[in-house]
Amino acid sequence: MASPALAIYAFLYLYPSISNLLYSTTRWDGVTKPIQIGLRNFTYLLTNDDLFMKVLGNNFRFTLIVVIFQTSLALMFATFLVKNTKMTIFLRTLYFFPTILSSVSVGLIWNFLYDPNFGFINASLKFFGLDALAKNWLADPKLALYAIAVTQIWFHTGQMVIIYVAGLQQIPSDLYEAAQVDGASRWQQFKSVTWPMALPTTAVVVAYTTIQTFRAFDLVYSMAQPASLNGSDLLVNLVYNSAFVGYKFGYAAAQSIYLVILVLLVTWLQRRVLKNKTED
Amino acid sequence: MLYKVIRSSLLTAFALAVIVPTSIVILGTFKTDLEIYTKPLALPKSFNLDNFRTLFADGQMIVPFRNSVIVSVFSVFFTLLFASMVSFAIARSITITGKVMLGLFTLGLAIPGQINIVPIFTLFVKLNLNNSLFGLILVNIALTLPISVFIITAFFKDLPKEMFESAGLDGANHWRIYRSIALPLARPAVGATGIFLFVITWNDLLYPLMLINEASKKTLPLVLIDFRGEFATSYSMLFTAIIVASIPMIVMYVVAQKSFIAGLTAGAVKG
Repeated sequence: MASPALAIYAFLYLYPSISNLLYSTTRWDGVTKPIQIGLRNFTYLLTNDDLFMKVLGNNFRFTLIVVIFQTSLALMFATFLVKNTKMTIFLRTLYFFPTILSSVSVGLIWNFLYDPNFGFINASLKFFGLDALAKNWLADPKLALYAIAVTQIWFHTGQMVIIYVAGLQQIPSDLYEAAQVDGASRWQQFKSVTWPMALPTTAVVVAYTTIQTFRAFDLVYSMAQPASLNGSDLLVNLVYNSAFVGYKFGYAAAQSIYLVILVLLVTWLQRRVLKNKTED
Repeated sequence: MLYKVIRSSLLTAFALAVIVPTSIVILGTFKTDLEIYTKPLALPKSFNLDNFRTLFADGQMIVPFRNSVIVSVFSVFFTLLFASMVSFAIARSITITGKVMLGLFTLGLAIPGQINIVPIFTLFVKLNLNNSLFGLILVNIALTLPISVFIITAFFKDLPKEMFESAGLDGANHWRIYRSIALPLARPAVGATGIFLFVITWNDLLYPLMLINEASKKTLPLVLIDFRGEFATSYSMLFTAIIVASIPMIVMYVVAQKSFIAGLTAGAVKG
């Protein structure tokens, strides 16, 4: 019964993963015969490749911004929407809506919002007399990454709100009643009840968001502009470009191996930190 | 009091952040480019379907729409079938084999499938599976198996063992137990996973982008990306195409919000 799944998985996941490791030790344009060069791709990436370092930095900043802001927003909205009323259920459903769209659609819609001439964002800023704040968001090397991070947060906050609401609804209500008896303010209740009790949910949300940002490709692919000088490129975009624009297949494979190592390392670190916290 | 004011203003702000862009797109499908640029939020002069007509006139949306339906339906169906079978085997296994199999699929959860774009591309070129919907379906199945196995195995493990054992004593073989007991019981888990998978495959860009370049094999996200260059400034056509590409998801979401949300969050939590 296990054989169809195992066969496809072995053929299109395990076998390619091993080929990827082998490719990463070659210089190869995808057409002619690969040349074995040992670990030179890996050392070159770390010592000589400014673009790789830049994109690595981009990816870390992107992940950090999205994890911090998306998680805080989701937790905040979830505490506002934890009770089940008609209004809160409606708002949760509305907030969740962007999640069902494709990232290409989301990217293209935000291209319009960010458009320097006709875009809704600049038009609104000018309407309120804030002309100085109107920018060419996606073409500015300093702003592009943050602009795309905002889109990512808009895209997935609603999904995380739902996960948090499910977690917060598990917190026994007598904990809040006891805190109210002690005269705790809303903020104190949040600090002493909600936050510690929601830590396991936070672990899930943070882990999922991290993985999501390390696999991100579509938004940048549909939004990035040449004028931003790779300012918003993320790791998967770099791997894609190295292989299918630059025809450096071995090099792209090595970049993707670094991506794996990074994802595993970050996941492992997060598990450790959150495990220590929940055990305190 | 202050809390209430802050709460409602923040909730309203985010609600507007979702509603405003969505309205611009929906209203934009009835507008000309000029109307979109000058008054993105105003009601259109008339609610006519000219943009839809232009879009469908040259048939450039019909083929990709059909391709997306084919790829999504077959990918999801076979992933669910194979994943539920292997999950059943894992959940029922009392030997080390079950653990090893689960471990293999968990590996696929930890390491995102995106890293294998180079080897899958070269393999598919070798096998002539690029530019083929069948190839795309195969990749989708392989990439979504780990998460599906994870969710469905967890569900099977929670079921009381006695249910299967008594059926086994009655002489039913594995297949019978899977088909007539396990699968019907697993319907909620399989359904939720199915919705989650459908959204992923319908919206996927990376693998189609890499594997498909023949126009007759393109899926909707690829066509949307092409629109960016082709109609560089025509947001009215682009918005109309976005609505056409999103309609199946929007209809499903409106009809079955609850299972939709449950499906997409199950995927997140278990993943």
